[in-house]
Amino acid sequence: MTKNVLTNMAVLPSEYATTQFETASSLGILACHQCGKLWKGAQQGQCCLHCNATLHMRKPDSLNRTWALLITACIMYIPANMLPVMITSTLFDTHQDTILSGIIFFWVSGDWGLAAVVFIASFLVPLLKLASLFILVISAQRQSFWRQLERAKLYRLVEIIGRWSMLDVFVVSLLVGLVQIQGFAQITAGVGIVAFGAVVVLTMLASLSFDPRLIWDTADSQTSSQSFIATDGSNKSNAKLKIKDKMKETR
Amino acid sequence: MHEIQDMIACEQCDAVFQKLSLGNGEISLCTRCGAELDRNAQERRNHLLPLTIASLIIFVIANTFPIVQIELQGLVSKTTLMGAVLSLSTEGVSLVALLVLATTILFPLMQMLILFYLLIPSTSLNDRPGFSLLIRIMQMLRPWGMVEVFMLGVLVALIKLSNMATIIPGIALWAFCMLTVMLTVVVSFNPRYLWQLETSEQEAR
Repeated sequence: MTKNVLTNMAVLPSEYATTQFETASSLGILACHQCGKLWKGAQQGQCCLHCNATLHMRKPDSLNRTWALLITACIMYIPANMLPVMITSTLFDTHQDTILSGIIFFWVSGDWGLAAVVFIASFLVPLLKLASLFILVISAQRQSFWRQLERAKLYRLVEIIGRWSMLDVFVVSLLVGLVQIQGFAQITAGVGIVAFGAVVVLTMLASLSFDPRLIWDTADSQTSSQSFIATDGSNKSNAKLKIKDKMKETR
Repeated sequence: MHEIQDMIACEQCDAVFQKLSLGNGEISLCTRCGAELDRNAQERRNHLLPLTIASLIIFVIANTFPIVQIELQGLVSKTTLMGAVLSLSTEGVSLVALLVLATTILFPLMQMLILFYLLIPSTSLNDRPGFSLLIRIMQMLRPWGMVEVFMLGVLVALIKLSNMATIIPGIALWAFCMLTVMLTVVVSFNPRYLWQLETSEQEAR
Protein backbone atom coordinates (compact mmCIF):
# COMPACT_ATOMS: atom_id res chain seq x y z
CA MET A 1 0.00 0.00 0.00
CA THR A 2 2.73 2.45 0.93
CA LYS A 3 4.54 1.61 -2.29
CA ASN A 4 1.52 2.69 -4.29
CA VAL A 5 1.37 5.88 -2.36
CA LEU A 6 4.93 6.73 -3.29
CA THR A 7 4.53 6.00 -6.98
CA ASN A 8 1.38 8.04 -7.12
CA MET A 9 3.10 10.92 -5.46
CA ALA A 10 5.69 10.84 -8.22
CA VAL A 11 2.95 10.93 -10.85
CA LEU A 12 1.91 14.35 -9.63
CA PRO A 13 3.49 17.31 -11.42
CA SER A 14 6.14 18.99 -9.32
CA GLU A 15 4.24 22.27 -9.13
CA TYR A 16 1.78 20.63 -6.79
CA ALA A 17 4.47 19.70 -4.32
CA THR A 18 4.98 23.33 -3.42
CA THR A 19 1.35 24.40 -3.64
CA GLN A 20 0.02 26.13 -0.57
CA PHE A 21 -3.13 24.77 0.90
CA GLU A 22 -6.33 26.01 2.34
CA THR A 23 -6.73 24.65 5.84
CA ALA A 24 -9.72 24.12 8.06
CA SER A 25 -8.41 26.72 10.50
CA SER A 26 -7.87 29.36 7.80
CA LEU A 27 -11.44 28.78 6.56
CA GLY A 28 -12.91 28.92 10.07
CA ILE A 29 -13.99 25.30 9.91
CA LEU A 30 -13.77 22.87 12.80
CA ALA A 31 -13.23 19.22 11.88
CA CYS A 32 -14.58 16.53 14.19
CA HIS A 33 -11.66 14.31 15.18
CA GLN A 34 -13.94 11.34 15.62
CA CYS A 35 -16.29 11.13 12.64
CA GLY A 36 -14.50 13.58 10.29
CA LYS A 37 -17.45 15.90 9.66
CA LEU A 38 -16.65 19.56 9.03
CA TRP A 39 -18.56 22.32 10.82
CA LYS A 40 -18.67 25.95 9.78
CA GLY A 41 -19.33 28.58 12.41
CA ALA A 42 -18.86 26.27 15.36
CA GLN A 43 -17.22 27.36 18.61
CA GLN A 44 -14.35 25.44 20.20
CA GLY A 45 -15.70 23.16 22.90
CA GLN A 46 -19.05 22.71 21.19
CA CYS A 47 -20.16 19.17 20.43
CA CYS A 48 -20.30 17.60 16.99
CA LEU A 49 -23.97 17.30 16.00
CA HIS A 50 -23.31 14.00 14.27
CA CYS A 51 -21.33 12.00 16.83
CA ASN A 52 -21.34 14.21 19.92
CA ALA A 53 -17.56 14.48 20.31
CA THR A 54 -16.12 17.78 21.53
CA LEU A 55 -14.77 19.96 18.71
CA HIS A 56 -11.29 21.46 18.90
CA MET A 57 -9.22 23.42 16.42
CA ARG A 58 -6.07 21.67 17.68
CA LYS A 59 -5.51 19.14 20.42
CA PRO A 60 -5.89 21.19 23.63
CA ASP A 61 -2.61 22.30 25.29
CA SER A 62 -0.74 20.05 22.91
CA LEU A 63 2.76 21.50 23.30
CA ASN A 64 2.60 21.91 27.08
CA ARG A 65 1.39 18.37 27.61
CA THR A 66 3.95 16.93 25.24
CA TRP A 67 6.75 18.84 26.95
CA ALA A 68 5.69 17.62 30.39
CA LEU A 69 5.47 13.98 29.32
CA LEU A 70 8.68 14.19 27.33
CA ILE A 71 10.72 15.62 30.20
CA THR A 72 9.35 13.01 32.61
CA ALA A 73 10.25 10.30 30.11
CA CYS A 74 13.81 11.65 29.87
CA ILE A 75 14.19 11.55 33.64
CA MET A 76 12.88 7.97 33.79
CA TYR A 77 15.22 6.96 30.98
CA ILE A 78 18.23 7.15 33.34
CA PRO A 79 17.05 4.61 35.97
CA ALA A 80 15.62 2.49 33.16
CA ASN A 81 19.11 1.93 31.82
CA MET A 82 21.09 1.97 35.08
CA LEU A 83 19.01 -0.28 37.33
CA PRO A 84 18.74 -4.05 36.87
CA VAL A 85 15.65 -5.22 34.99
CA MET A 86 16.06 -8.88 35.84
CA ILE A 87 17.68 -10.84 38.66
CA THR A 88 18.64 -14.45 37.97
CA SER A 89 19.40 -16.66 40.95
CA THR A 90 20.64 -20.21 40.50
CA LEU A 91 22.11 -22.70 42.96
CA PHE A 92 25.55 -21.22 42.59
CA ASP A 93 25.18 -17.49 42.16
CA THR A 94 22.93 -14.51 41.62
CA HIS A 95 23.43 -12.03 38.86
CA GLN A 96 21.67 -8.87 37.79
CA ASP A 97 20.94 -7.84 34.24
CA THR A 98 20.37 -4.34 32.96
CA ILE A 99 18.90 -3.72 29.50
CA LEU A 100 22.34 -3.25 27.95
CA SER A 101 24.03 -6.16 29.72
CA GLY A 102 21.26 -8.44 28.41
CA ILE A 103 22.07 -7.32 24.86
CA ILE A 104 25.80 -7.80 25.42
CA PHE A 105 25.09 -11.32 26.71
CA PHE A 106 23.28 -12.18 23.44
CA TRP A 107 26.11 -10.67 21.41
CA VAL A 108 28.87 -12.54 23.27
CA SER A 109 27.04 -15.87 23.12
CA GLY A 110 26.79 -15.60 19.35
CA ASP A 111 23.10 -14.72 18.84
CA TRP A 112 23.88 -11.68 16.73
CA GLY A 113 20.50 -11.43 15.05
CA LEU A 114 18.72 -11.54 18.37
CA ALA A 115 21.15 -9.05 19.88
CA ALA A 116 20.36 -6.70 17.01
CA VAL A 117 16.58 -7.07 17.44
CA VAL A 118 16.72 -6.40 21.18
CA PHE A 119 19.23 -3.58 20.72
CA ILE A 120 16.97 -1.85 18.21
CA ALA A 121 13.72 -2.40 20.11
CA SER A 122 14.85 -1.62 23.64
CA PHE A 123 17.74 0.78 23.24
CA LEU A 124 17.69 2.51 19.86
CA VAL A 125 13.92 2.99 19.50
CA PRO A 126 13.36 4.74 22.87
CA LEU A 127 16.42 6.93 22.34
CA LEU A 128 15.50 7.92 18.78
CA LYS A 129 11.91 8.42 19.86
CA LEU A 130 12.90 10.87 22.58
CA ALA A 131 15.16 12.71 20.13
CA SER A 132 12.47 12.83 17.41
CA LEU A 133 9.87 14.15 19.81
CA PHE A 134 12.26 16.86 20.96
CA ILE A 135 12.86 17.88 17.34
CA LEU A 136 9.12 17.89 16.61
CA VAL A 137 8.12 19.87 19.69
CA ILE A 138 10.89 22.45 19.43
CA SER A 139 10.36 23.06 15.71
CA ALA A 140 6.58 23.27 16.18
CA GLN A 141 7.05 25.74 19.00
CA ARG A 142 9.29 27.93 16.83
CA GLN A 143 6.75 27.62 13.99
CA SER A 144 9.62 26.61 11.77
CA PHE A 145 9.32 26.09 8.01
CA TRP A 146 12.17 23.60 8.13
CA ARG A 147 11.48 20.26 6.33
CA GLN A 148 7.78 20.10 7.12
CA LEU A 149 7.04 17.03 5.01
CA GLU A 150 9.92 15.10 6.57
CA ARG A 151 8.75 16.09 10.03
CA ALA A 152 5.22 14.91 9.24
CA LYS A 153 6.65 11.57 8.12
CA LEU A 154 8.85 11.41 11.21
CA TYR A 155 5.77 11.83 13.39
CA ARG A 156 3.96 8.97 11.67
CA LEU A 157 7.07 6.79 12.05
CA VAL A 158 7.28 7.59 15.77
CA GLU A 159 3.64 6.61 16.19
CA ILE A 160 4.17 3.26 14.47
CA ILE A 161 7.42 2.07 16.01
CA GLY A 162 7.04 3.45 19.53
CA ARG A 163 5.10 0.44 20.78
CA TRP A 164 7.89 -1.99 19.90
CA SER A 165 10.03 -0.88 22.82
CA MET A 166 7.61 -2.72 25.10
CA LEU A 167 9.51 -5.82 23.97
CA ASP A 168 11.78 -5.99 27.01
CA VAL A 169 8.88 -5.64 29.42
CA PHE A 170 7.25 -8.69 27.85
CA VAL A 171 10.47 -10.70 27.78
CA VAL A 172 11.08 -10.08 31.47
CA SER A 173 7.49 -10.81 32.48
CA LEU A 174 7.45 -14.10 30.61
CA LEU A 175 10.80 -15.18 32.06
CA VAL A 176 9.62 -14.28 35.55
CA GLY A 177 6.46 -16.33 35.08
CA LEU A 178 8.29 -19.28 33.59
CA VAL A 179 11.50 -19.72 35.55
CA GLN A 180 10.13 -20.35 39.01
CA ILE A 181 11.85 -23.55 40.05
CA GLN A 182 12.15 -23.02 43.78
CA GLY A 183 15.71 -23.02 45.12
CA PHE A 184 17.14 -24.24 41.84
CA ALA A 185 16.68 -21.46 39.35
CA GLN A 186 14.58 -18.40 39.79
CA ILE A 187 14.18 -15.17 37.85
CA THR A 188 12.73 -12.09 39.48
CA ALA A 189 11.95 -8.68 38.02
CA GLY A 190 14.17 -5.74 38.95
CA VAL A 191 13.15 -2.15 39.63
CA GLY A 192 14.61 -1.08 36.29
CA ILE A 193 11.74 -2.68 34.39
CA VAL A 194 9.23 -0.37 36.11
CA ALA A 195 11.22 2.66 34.97
CA PHE A 196 11.58 1.18 31.51
CA GLY A 197 7.84 0.52 31.19
CA ALA A 198 7.24 4.08 32.36
CA VAL A 199 9.52 5.44 29.61
CA VAL A 200 7.61 3.52 26.95
CA VAL A 201 4.20 4.58 28.23
CA LEU A 202 5.25 8.21 28.71
CA THR A 203 6.75 8.54 25.23
CA MET A 204 3.62 6.96 23.73
CA LEU A 205 1.45 9.43 25.64
CA ALA A 206 3.73 12.26 24.52
CA SER A 207 3.41 11.35 20.85
CA LEU A 208 -0.38 10.98 21.26
CA SER A 209 -0.71 14.42 22.82
CA PHE A 210 1.39 16.08 20.10
CA ASP A 211 -0.78 17.52 17.35
CA PRO A 212 0.86 16.95 13.92
CA ARG A 213 -1.14 19.85 12.49
CA LEU A 214 1.13 22.18 14.47
CA ILE A 215 3.94 21.22 12.06
CA TRP A 216 2.04 22.97 9.25
CA ASP A 217 0.64 25.89 11.16
CA THR A 218 3.13 28.35 9.66
CA ALA A 219 2.63 27.83 5.96
CA ASP A 220 -1.10 28.40 6.11
CA SER A 221 -2.46 30.54 3.32
CA GLN A 222 -5.03 30.13 0.63
CA THR A 223 -4.73 28.68 -2.86
CA SER A 224 -6.28 25.75 -4.61
CA SER A 225 -6.43 22.38 -2.98
CA GLN A 226 -6.94 18.99 -4.42
CA SER A 227 -6.73 15.39 -3.37
CA PHE A 228 -5.83 12.39 -5.38
CA ILE A 229 -6.48 8.70 -5.26
CA ALA A 230 -4.22 5.79 -4.59
CA THR A 231 -5.48 2.26 -4.85
CA ASP A 232 -5.05 -0.94 -2.94
CA GLY A 233 -3.24 -2.15 -6.03
CA SER A 234 -6.17 -3.27 -8.18
CA ASN A 235 -7.03 -0.52 -10.64
CA LYS A 236 -4.14 1.82 -10.85
CA SER A 237 -4.83 3.25 -14.29
CA ASN A 238 -8.33 4.10 -13.22
CA ALA A 239 -6.92 6.01 -10.28
CA LYS A 240 -4.61 8.02 -12.51
CA LEU A 241 -7.57 8.95 -14.70
CA LYS A 242 -9.38 10.19 -11.67
CA ILE A 243 -6.41 12.28 -10.67
CA LYS A 244 -6.35 13.93 -14.09
CA ASP A 245 -10.08 14.64 -13.98
CA LYS A 246 -9.66 16.14 -10.57
CA MET A 247 -6.91 18.43 -11.77
CA LYS A 248 -9.03 19.68 -14.65
CA GLU A 249 -11.80 20.47 -12.23
CA THR A 250 -9.62 22.44 -9.91
CA ARG A 251 -8.13 24.44 -12.76
CA MET B 1 -23.13 25.96 13.15
CA HIS B 2 -23.81 24.04 9.95
CA GLU B 3 -22.24 21.06 8.29
CA ILE B 4 -20.07 21.41 5.19
CA GLN B 5 -20.64 18.48 2.92
CA ASP B 6 -18.43 17.07 0.17
CA MET B 7 -15.32 18.40 1.85
CA ILE B 8 -12.75 16.61 3.93
CA ALA B 9 -9.94 17.86 6.18
CA CYS B 10 -6.64 16.05 6.61
CA GLU B 11 -6.33 14.81 10.18
CA GLN B 12 -2.60 15.34 10.21
CA CYS B 13 -2.05 18.70 8.51
CA ASP B 14 -5.49 20.35 8.44
CA ALA B 15 -5.54 20.88 4.65
CA VAL B 16 -9.07 20.91 3.22
CA PHE B 17 -9.94 18.91 0.11
CA GLN B 18 -12.91 18.19 -2.04
CA LYS B 19 -14.30 14.77 -1.16
CA LEU B 20 -13.98 12.18 -3.94
CA SER B 21 -16.28 9.24 -4.38
CA LEU B 22 -14.08 6.20 -4.00
CA GLY B 23 -14.42 2.81 -5.64
CA ASN B 24 -13.74 -0.50 -3.98
CA GLY B 25 -10.47 -0.57 -2.06
CA GLU B 26 -9.49 2.94 -3.10
CA ILE B 27 -7.80 5.31 -0.68
CA SER B 28 -7.44 9.04 -1.06
CA LEU B 29 -4.32 10.67 0.28
CA CYS B 30 -3.47 14.18 1.34
CA THR B 31 -1.26 15.81 -1.31
CA ARG B 32 0.35 17.98 1.30
CA CYS B 33 1.56 15.51 3.94
CA GLY B 34 0.73 12.11 2.42
CA ALA B 35 -1.58 10.99 5.23
CA GLU B 36 -4.67 8.92 4.48
CA LEU B 37 -7.74 11.10 4.01
CA ASP B 38 -10.48 8.70 3.21
CA ARG B 39 -10.98 5.08 2.26
CA ASN B 40 -13.71 2.94 0.81
CA ALA B 41 -14.07 0.53 3.70
CA GLN B 42 -17.21 -1.35 2.68
CA GLU B 43 -15.40 -4.47 1.53
CA ARG B 44 -13.00 -4.49 4.48
CA ARG B 45 -15.97 -4.25 6.77
CA ASN B 46 -17.62 -7.34 5.31
CA HIS B 47 -14.50 -9.40 5.98
CA LEU B 48 -14.14 -8.03 9.46
CA LEU B 49 -16.94 -9.76 11.35
CA PRO B 50 -15.82 -13.37 10.65
CA LEU B 51 -12.23 -12.38 11.40
CA THR B 52 -13.25 -10.82 14.70
CA ILE B 53 -15.15 -13.95 15.76
CA ALA B 54 -12.20 -16.17 14.83
CA SER B 55 -9.81 -13.93 16.75
CA LEU B 56 -12.02 -14.12 19.82
CA ILE B 57 -11.97 -17.93 19.74
CA ILE B 58 -8.20 -18.07 19.28
CA PHE B 59 -7.78 -15.46 22.00
CA VAL B 60 -9.53 -17.77 24.48
CA ILE B 61 -7.29 -20.70 23.45
CA ALA B 62 -4.17 -18.56 23.70
CA ASN B 63 -5.01 -17.53 27.23
CA THR B 64 -6.21 -20.82 28.72
CA PHE B 65 -3.37 -23.13 27.69
CA PRO B 66 0.25 -22.79 28.78
CA ILE B 67 2.43 -20.89 26.32
CA VAL B 68 5.52 -22.93 26.94
CA GLN B 69 6.96 -25.54 29.28
CA ILE B 70 10.57 -25.69 30.36
CA GLU B 71 12.41 -28.70 31.69
CA LEU B 72 15.54 -28.24 33.74
CA GLN B 73 17.17 -31.47 34.93
CA GLY B 74 13.88 -33.22 35.55
CA LEU B 75 12.15 -30.22 37.06
CA VAL B 76 9.25 -28.84 35.02
CA SER B 77 7.78 -25.37 34.99
CA LYS B 78 5.11 -23.89 32.74
CA THR B 79 3.07 -20.73 32.52
CA THR B 80 0.15 -19.07 30.84
CA LEU B 81 0.07 -15.35 30.11
CA MET B 82 -2.17 -14.81 33.13
CA GLY B 83 0.26 -16.84 35.26
CA ALA B 84 3.11 -14.56 34.23
CA VAL B 85 1.05 -11.51 35.17
CA LEU B 86 0.21 -13.01 38.56
CA SER B 87 3.81 -13.88 39.40
CA LEU B 88 4.84 -10.34 38.46
CA SER B 89 2.27 -8.91 40.84
CA THR B 90 3.28 -11.16 43.74
CA GLU B 91 6.85 -9.95 43.33
CA GLY B 92 5.91 -6.37 44.02
CA VAL B 93 6.15 -4.99 40.50
CA SER B 94 2.39 -4.74 40.25
CA LEU B 95 2.64 -1.65 38.01
CA VAL B 96 4.37 -3.70 35.35
CA ALA B 97 1.90 -6.54 35.93
CA LEU B 98 -0.93 -4.11 35.32
CA LEU B 99 0.73 -2.81 32.15
CA VAL B 100 1.19 -6.31 30.75
CA LEU B 101 -2.36 -7.29 31.72
CA ALA B 102 -3.79 -4.22 30.01
CA THR B 103 -1.76 -4.31 26.80
CA THR B 104 -1.93 -8.03 26.07
CA ILE B 105 -5.23 -9.22 27.57
CA LEU B 106 -7.61 -6.45 28.55
CA PHE B 107 -7.30 -3.97 25.66
CA PRO B 108 -7.21 -6.49 22.79
CA LEU B 109 -10.19 -8.30 24.32
CA MET B 110 -12.15 -5.06 24.68
CA GLN B 111 -11.30 -4.08 21.10
CA MET B 112 -12.53 -7.39 19.73
CA LEU B 113 -15.71 -7.41 21.82
CA ILE B 114 -16.61 -3.83 20.88
CA LEU B 115 -15.95 -4.47 17.21
CA PHE B 116 -18.03 -7.64 17.36
CA TYR B 117 -20.90 -5.75 18.95
CA LEU B 118 -20.71 -2.92 16.41
CA LEU B 119 -20.52 -5.20 13.39
CA ILE B 120 -23.39 -7.58 14.09
CA PRO B 121 -25.83 -7.01 11.24
CA SER B 122 -29.06 -5.46 12.45
CA THR B 123 -32.19 -4.19 10.83
CA SER B 124 -32.44 -0.98 12.76
CA LEU B 125 -29.59 1.27 13.77
CA ASN B 126 -31.34 2.59 16.83
CA ASP B 127 -31.01 -0.75 18.58
CA ARG B 128 -27.29 -0.17 19.10
CA PRO B 129 -26.98 1.95 22.20
CA GLY B 130 -23.62 3.51 22.99
CA PHE B 131 -22.46 3.52 19.36
CA SER B 132 -20.56 6.80 19.64
CA LEU B 133 -19.09 6.03 23.07
CA LEU B 134 -17.86 2.62 21.93
CA ILE B 135 -16.16 4.04 18.84
CA ARG B 136 -14.49 6.63 21.04
CA ILE B 137 -13.22 3.88 23.37
CA MET B 138 -11.96 1.87 20.40
CA GLN B 139 -10.03 4.84 19.07
CA MET B 140 -8.48 5.38 22.47
CA LEU B 141 -7.50 1.71 22.84
CA ARG B 142 -6.01 1.42 19.38
CA PRO B 143 -2.37 2.29 20.13
CA TRP B 144 -2.34 0.24 23.35
CA GLY B 145 -3.08 -3.31 22.20
CA MET B 146 0.31 -4.97 21.83
CA VAL B 147 -0.19 -8.65 21.09
CA GLU B 148 2.32 -8.59 18.21
CA VAL B 149 5.02 -7.06 20.42
CA PHE B 150 4.27 -9.70 23.05
CA MET B 151 4.70 -12.41 20.41
CA LEU B 152 8.20 -11.13 19.61
CA GLY B 153 8.87 -10.97 23.35
CA VAL B 154 7.93 -14.65 23.71
CA LEU B 155 10.36 -15.61 20.95
CA VAL B 156 13.21 -13.61 22.48
CA ALA B 157 12.52 -15.12 25.92
CA LEU B 158 12.53 -18.64 24.48
CA ILE B 159 15.84 -18.19 22.71
CA LYS B 160 17.25 -16.74 25.92
CA LEU B 161 16.18 -19.85 27.81
CA SER B 162 17.12 -22.35 25.14
CA ASN B 163 20.73 -22.61 26.26
CA MET B 164 19.88 -23.35 29.88
CA ALA B 165 16.78 -25.54 29.67
CA THR B 166 14.75 -27.76 27.35
CA ILE B 167 11.77 -25.96 25.85
CA ILE B 168 8.49 -27.62 24.95
CA PRO B 169 6.20 -25.22 23.08
CA GLY B 170 2.56 -25.30 24.18
CA ILE B 171 -0.67 -24.94 22.24
CA ALA B 172 -0.98 -21.31 23.25
CA LEU B 173 2.28 -20.46 21.49
CA TRP B 174 0.79 -21.42 18.13
CA ALA B 175 -2.46 -19.74 19.06
CA PHE B 176 -0.56 -16.52 19.79
CA CYS B 177 1.14 -16.73 16.39
CA MET B 178 -2.23 -16.91 14.66
CA LEU B 179 -3.75 -14.28 16.89
CA THR B 180 -0.94 -11.87 16.00
CA VAL B 181 -1.65 -12.17 12.29
CA MET B 182 -5.42 -11.89 12.67
CA LEU B 183 -5.38 -9.02 15.14
CA THR B 184 -3.06 -7.07 12.85
CA VAL B 185 -5.79 -7.18 10.21
CA VAL B 186 -8.63 -6.50 12.64
CA VAL B 187 -6.97 -3.62 14.48
CA SER B 188 -5.70 -1.92 11.32
CA PHE B 189 -9.33 -1.10 10.54
CA ASN B 190 -9.81 2.50 11.59
CA PRO B 191 -13.02 2.71 13.65
CA ARG B 192 -13.60 6.17 12.17
CA TYR B 193 -14.87 4.50 9.00
CA LEU B 194 -17.73 2.87 10.91
CA TRP B 195 -19.25 6.35 11.05
CA GLN B 196 -19.25 6.69 7.28
CA LEU B 197 -20.71 3.25 6.82
CA GLU B 198 -23.44 4.07 9.27
CA THR B 199 -24.23 7.29 7.41
CA SER B 200 -24.33 5.57 4.02
CA GLU B 201 -26.65 2.91 5.43
CA GLN B 202 -28.98 5.59 6.66
CA GLU B 203 -29.00 7.27 3.25
CA ALA B 204 -29.68 4.00 1.48
CA ARG B 205 -32.82 3.47 3.49
